[in-house]
Order: sequence, then C-alpha cells, then structure tokens
Amino acid sequence: MPNLNINGRNMSVEAPADTPLLWAIREQLQMTGTKFGCGAGLCGACTVHVNGEAVRSCQTLLSDVAGKKITTIEGLSAKGDHPLQKAWIAEQVPQCGYCQSGQIMQAASLLAKNPNPSKDEVVAHMDGNLCRCMTYSRIQKAIMRAASEMRTASNAGTERRAT
Amino acid sequence: MNTHVKVTSTASADLSRRSFLVGSAAAGLALGYSAVPGMLGGDQALAAPASFDPSVWYSIAPDGLVTVTCGKADMGQHIASTMAQMVAEELGSSWKDMRVQLASNDPKFNDPVLGAQITGGSWSTMMNFEAMSRAGAAGRMALTDAAAKAMGVPAGELIVRDSVISHPKSKKSMTFAEIVKSGKITRTFTPDELKAIKLKTPDQYTLIGVSVPQLDIPSKTNGTAKFGIDVMLPGMAYGKIITPPVRYGATVKSVDDSAAKKVPGFIKAVTLDDKTGSTTGWVVAVANTYANAAKAAAALKISYDGGPNAKLSSQSLLDEAKRLQALDDSGQFFVKDGDTAAAFGTAAKVLEAEYTTSINIHAPLEPMNATAEFKGDILHIYSGNQFATRSGAIAAGAAGIDPKFVVMHQMWLGGGFGRRLDADMMVPAVQAAKAVGKPVKVIYSRENDMTMDYSRPLTFQKVKAGLDADGKLIALNHDVVSAWPTKRWGIPDFLSPSVDKKGPLDAFTVNGADFFYSVPNHNVRAILNEMAHNATPSGQLRSVAPGWTFWAVESMIDELAHAAGKDPAQYRIALLDGKGKNDGGAQRLRNTLLAAMGMAGYGATKLPKGEGMGVACVSSQERATASWTACVAHVAVSPSGEVKVKKLTVATDVGTQVHPDNIRAQVEGAALWGLSLAMYEKATLKDGGIEQTNFDTYKPLRMSQVPEIAINVIANGDKATGVGEPAVTVVAPALGNAIFNACGARVRALPITAEAVKANMKA
Repeated sequence: MPNLNINGRNMSVEAPADTPLLWAIREQLQMTGTKFGCGAGLCGACTVHVNGEAVRSCQTLLSDVAGKKITTIEGLSAKGDHPLQKAWIAEQVPQCGYCQSGQIMQAASLLAKNPNPSKDEVVAHMDGNLCRCMTYSRIQKAIMRAASEMRTASNAGTERRAT
Repeated sequence: MNTHVKVTSTASADLSRRSFLVGSAAAGLALGYSAVPGMLGGDQALAAPASFDPSVWYSIAPDGLVTVTCGKADMGQHIASTMAQMVAEELGSSWKDMRVQLASNDPKFNDPVLGAQITGGSWSTMMNFEAMSRAGAAGRMALTDAAAKAMGVPAGELIVRDSVISHPKSKKSMTFAEIVKSGKITRTFTPDELKAIKLKTPDQYTLIGVSVPQLDIPSKTNGTAKFGIDVMLPGMAYGKIITPPVRYGATVKSVDDSAAKKVPGFIKAVTLDDKTGSTTGWVVAVANTYANAAKAAAALKISYDGGPNAKLSSQSLLDEAKRLQALDDSGQFFVKDGDTAAAFGTAAKVLEAEYTTSINIHAPLEPMNATAEFKGDILHIYSGNQFATRSGAIAAGAAGIDPKFVVMHQMWLGGGFGRRLDADMMVPAVQAAKAVGKPVKVIYSRENDMTMDYSRPLTFQKVKAGLDADGKLIALNHDVVSAWPTKRWGIPDFLSPSVDKKGPLDAFTVNGADFFYSVPNHNVRAILNEMAHNATPSGQLRSVAPGWTFWAVESMIDELAHAAGKDPAQYRIALLDGKGKNDGGAQRLRNTLLAAMGMAGYGATKLPKGEGMGVACVSSQERATASWTACVAHVAVSPSGEVKVKKLTVATDVGTQVHPDNIRAQVEGAALWGLSLAMYEKATLKDGGIEQTNFDTYKPLRMSQVPEIAINVIANGDKATGVGEPAVTVVAPALGNAIFNACGARVRALPITAEAVKANMKA
C-alpha cells in the first residue's frame, strides 16, 4: 500500500503502484481540486507539484512519487491566499473554472523559480495548459500581478530585516 | 424568433395560476412562485415547510444572507451571480450578503419566458431580467412593510440600502436580518400586483452596470467548486464507457469479458439498451475505481456490426450535401422575399460561391460525466447539464421510469458550449447503477468525449448574388446544407414553420441568414443532409448556426463589394439602410461596425505589404434576440500562406450592461473561440468514426496563439441582450476578408489553412 506525502501529510493510499497519481488524489484521498482533462498530458488540468516541479498527475504513477513531496491546489496555501490565488480573484480570471487549479499550480512553479518573468516566459511556461473558456489574457495578467506582489512583499521583508 | 420562444404564452398562463409568495418563518424569508394555484398564502406556506418546496428564486436567512437559486446552468458565464445581481438591485441587499445555489429540475425553476429549464442561445439575462427584478422588488416591499409596522412609521418614509431599512426622520433602522428574525413578514402578490410593481429606472441603478466580484470565482481558485465529476457518494462504483469505432449505427455482436474479469475490482460490463438515440453499440465497464474501470474497459473484447454508416467519411457527407443543394426541390425556405429568379435575369453581374465548415468538437475541459443513484422510488442524477427538462426525461427513459421520479442535482459545469444540452452521459450511469445495485459515476475518457461528441455539423453553403449596374445587391439565394441539430431533439416546439409551408425546418441551421441588410429579393433555403444527420448526430455548439451562416454571408458581402469596386465596410453601411423590417436593428449594427472601424483605425492606418484589415458584422444569435457585433481583423500573411493574426477589434451593442467586466470576459472568450474555430479546430470523419481523439490532433487555441484583442461594449439603454456567443460568429469572416485584403487570396473553407491561402493567392 503506497504512502504519499501530500500537502505536508503522510497518507497511505489503497491503490496499486501503477495507479495514476491523479486518480489516487481524487478518489482515494477525495481531494477533487485536481482535475481530469485528457489523460494524456496534453491539457494541464491535472497539474500538481512533485518536489516543487509542476507535473501532470495523469501521467505520474504512484510508484513515481514514493518519498517525494506532493502539493495539490488544496495545499498551495493555508487559506486559499497564495499571491496567485489572490491575483486570480483580483483579475476575475475563472469562467467555468475547471482548468484553473492546473493553471494556478503551473504558474506557481514558474514564480517559485523566476520572480520576474517576461510575458514571453509566462507564455512559454503556460502553453501546455488549455483553457477552453479562453481566459488566457486574464491568466497572464494575474501571473504578472502576483509576481509583482511577491516581489514587493519580498523587498519589504528584506528591508525590514535590514533595519 | 423561433417557435420555442413563443412558449411564452403557455408560461404566462401558468404564472397566472400561481401567486407570488412572500412569507416569513423561523426558517427565513422565501420568495417564489407557488405551484399550488391560489391555495397558499405566505403564512400557510411557511407554517408547513414540508409542503413548501424550496424551489423558489431566493430566500433570506435569519442571519441576513440572501441565497439566490439559479435555474440556469452556470458554465462559466457567471449567470448565477448575474441572477443574484438582478435580484439584489431591486431588493436593496448588500452584495456581500448575496449567495447562490443551483436549482434542481423542479419545474418551478423553469425559465419564466421559455417555460423549461434550458440554458443556451445567450438568452438567460434577457429572459430573466424582468422576473428577477420583480422578485427582488417584491421582497423589498414586503420587508419594508414589516419594518414600517415594527418601527411605527409610514412605509413611504423608509429607505432601503445595503440590507438595511432606515427611517431618516426618527433615525430608526432595522437590518434585513432583524426583520426576518422578527418573523412578521406576511405578504402575497397576485400576478397583477407583481406586474404592477414599478421597477427602477436605469438612472436609479446602484448594482446593475457595476462589475461586482463574481460569487463563484473564489471557489474556482482553491479547488472547492464542485463539478459533476467531483461528486462522491458512499458505496459508489465507477464506469468507463467503450464506444464503437462508428459514431452512430453500430451494434454490439458480442462482449468477451474473460480478460476484464482478471482486473482487480472489476464488477461488470453492461451493454447499454439505449432507446434514447444517444448513440448505438456502447458498453460500460464498471469497477471499484475509475482506474480499474479503465483497465477493465481496455481488456474487454467487443465485436461490432458497423452498421449503415461504417464506410462514410467527411468527403461523403460533403458530396451528399452538394448533390442535395443542386436539386431544385431540396429543403424548405426560411426566407423568401421578392423574386430572386426574375432579379437574376435583370442583374448586371451574378456571382456564385461555395462556403464550407468542418466538423467541430465541443471538448469542454471537464469530460462528460454523470452519477446515478437509485434511492427508494427516486432516481438521483448528479451532473452539470444545460437542459434539465429534457435530460431528466432521458435519464428516466434509460431507467424505464416516469420522469417525475427523477431528481437532477445540478453542478457547476466545467464548460458547456452547448455540449451539455445533451444527456447521453446519463444513460450509462443509470443503466450501470441499475445493473450493479450501487450508485455509479460514469466518466468519459477524452477519447470517448471527442469521438462521441454531438458535433457542430459539417456544412455546405452556396450563395448566388446579383448586382445591378451600380453594384447594388438586388438578389441573393443562400442555400444551407447540414445535419439538423435541433431536429434530433424530437421536440416540435424547437422547430420553425417554413415560409413555403413544406413542413417545419430547423432554424438553428439557418439563423443569421435572415440578416439586417436590405436586399429586395432574398431566398434562404434550409436543406437537411440526412446522411450527415444519421452518421454524425450533431449538436448546438457555441453560437450554433450563425457560426456558419455569417461565414458565408459576410464573406460573400465582401466578395460583392470588391466586385463592385467599393470599400467592403462602406458597402455594408449602404446595405444597412434600416428600411422596412430592418428598421432599428440595421442602424444599431451600422453604428457598431463604425465603432469597431474607428477603434481599429480601419482605412486610416497605412499597412505594410502583406498585411490587411477585414471587417464583418453580425446580428447573432437570432434575429429577434440579436446583440449587434462587428469585428475588424488585422492580419499579416507570409508568401507561404501562413497567417499571423495581429489584432482583433470587436465592438458589440448589448443594450444594457448588467456586469461590464463579465461582458468583456464573455466577448473575449467568444472572439477567441471564433478564432480557434476559424484557424485551428478541425475534426474529420473516416470509416464512420471521428478521427481526432485528443488534444494532440484536435487543437483548440492555446495561450501562445492569442492575438492582441480590443473590445468595445456599447450599451444603448435598450433591453439587455446576450454576450456569450455573438462574438464567436464574427471573427472567421473578418479574418477571411482581412486575408483577402492582405494577399488577394479568397478562402471559403473553415478552418483556414496556409495551404488554402497559398493556393488562392494570385500569381
């Protein structure tokens, strides 16, 4: 019975090791924020973080993630207040909302490494995530807003430490 | 307008037998239409909560929270939030107190105009504005009466704002919560009284026209919004369907489950007995998890009889369409003005052109799914669906029970775009649940979802136009050949009578062809492609007919302008003279076109070689429910025919803006859908089956393909019209016209390919 470290907790999952991570998260752990879209790594709706990297959970088997840290949309922030989540609300991004967990997780992995992405870098990083409602320009704006807020917060933190 | 909208008369008759209830009880204040004619007063209804169905438009809880029940499917157009906004405007509640919930299929939630639960046509705001406003106003009046009594002041001296009723003279005030808690609200409105309520005028609005935060958005940023696929019931099993290689008409000869039985958790393979016309020859594999159901499905060995459509291809459907169009007695007339034959005889110039569109797939990102549970006599269905009235009946048909025993639990829709008007996903859920004696959630794989789509049909249109010596359009014959999506529903009210009295036609294949240009001799013929209808059961895809009729009309108008040696935009403006039946609409469309031209710098900007701007303007969705929409597309075309879309400028006149930011979001999404259909999305039929099975071969627009886009929303103060679809229809012709202006290549087939552009370039 595989053990998963998910959102900071160790959980055992009653599923064979060749089960896609997506279905273990959704069915065994009943965390349904991570979505099934294509089952082939073509749409990004199922994006989660494994050791901080954005991966497609439909293409990741339980055996691939043994001993690794998994983060889902439910664990991205304690109260749904990650700068990206706040920016998603400020820019009123979601329409149907189905792809947005995956979009936010994909974007979070970018900002963790690159706090000041250019528009082209955002597009290159996000191009694997489909939004059938076509909210793309708002997604871009929200990522830029979150990046800016994270930089401001981090600068403020640095200044406080300095004084 | 089609017959379905005329359901109004029945709906009004219904309403006249109902009284509008306002009552209070410990449970809170509830407002809505009682189903029991003239029997229940407010007190009586709420004193007996068991008999007072919660199917009401909204309720106010003792804590002051106002929960609006939305009878429409919310698929990202935020209609639930919009309903709450319309109620709150008249009720006088604070936006922070508003909540929404999604209605069940109880007929009391039927659309007040349509008399059914169906979401589509960009109809919802326009058809519910009045009912929600009056419901809100009635609630405000009831609360005000109660507050006046409690305060001992005249009701006329009270002010209602932000969920507080105050009396400025005495400085007394009560919150909605306090009034509801007092339990002293009792008032009913007869239909006449309700109708007599004087609603606010636009200058008094405080919420309509304001971009309040959408109520559903926070739950869509943290994973808590529940879509159909997220439903979890105790003891539930999972179903994965196996569809035959042929879209429609195949039958199952045998199912060998010997290998599937070795899959752990496998429960049963159920061959569906589907009498609902969803599809044929399908099987569902049921197991304890979806992963195991998918493994079992892959292990089943099923042999099929391919049936009558097994050899058909897109080419056969197109050939058949051309054959039918060439026959004089094909089809029925949707428009027949003047005498086109005579006019062609006198025309100085006659042009003919053929326009085609390919099969297109809805592919909402949430694959089709449904969960079915039999509980006592009741069948519970959990699924996001756009047509509860019909879908409930289909679920009942699949179960072999009376529709009145079906309860539909509406969920947030992970995209609809018309796909979820259908109920096919309920058939395997119901029959699997029945067969295994457990609740079953059926989830289509993406491959199932694409190959079993009720697609936008392949269309073939032939347009013949006659110009007089001055280049003026004097005659137009427009033939539209396609599968008929709405005929498939089998609901006579949704078909329209033909002008030539040859029986009903499916106006959802020709809407838009009855445009607002003044053309004295004008025929539009709707021709059913029976072969396509049978082989590729078609559906309503975002914008439906105007998505193809305007491709033909707006391309042809451009071709005529060039033939007449005139600027295509000015040529349109001359045709939009507002004479006769086109008075009103034509002027609004002209103004919208002018707005788009102005924003884009049309005719004022010098463009480099290889670039061009093209215009189009449309009265989507239907003639009677149009939003006036125009587009200027700016493209650059390379010598190899590659098209780069530099900018789309879209202007739309929507009458009244309830939520300006949402309108922009919808118009942008719609315009990008239009671009996606025009340039990137194409499905094909081969050997009776859809060839594209996932997003590697069926390719909706991605972020890197989004051009610069400018949107101008015009609100001329008329009634609120729809915004979810019209901009889909205007983009393809604007692009085609821009490509012609950039490089001289006229493309007449969607999607537009570099090869077609290159092939049509003048040497």
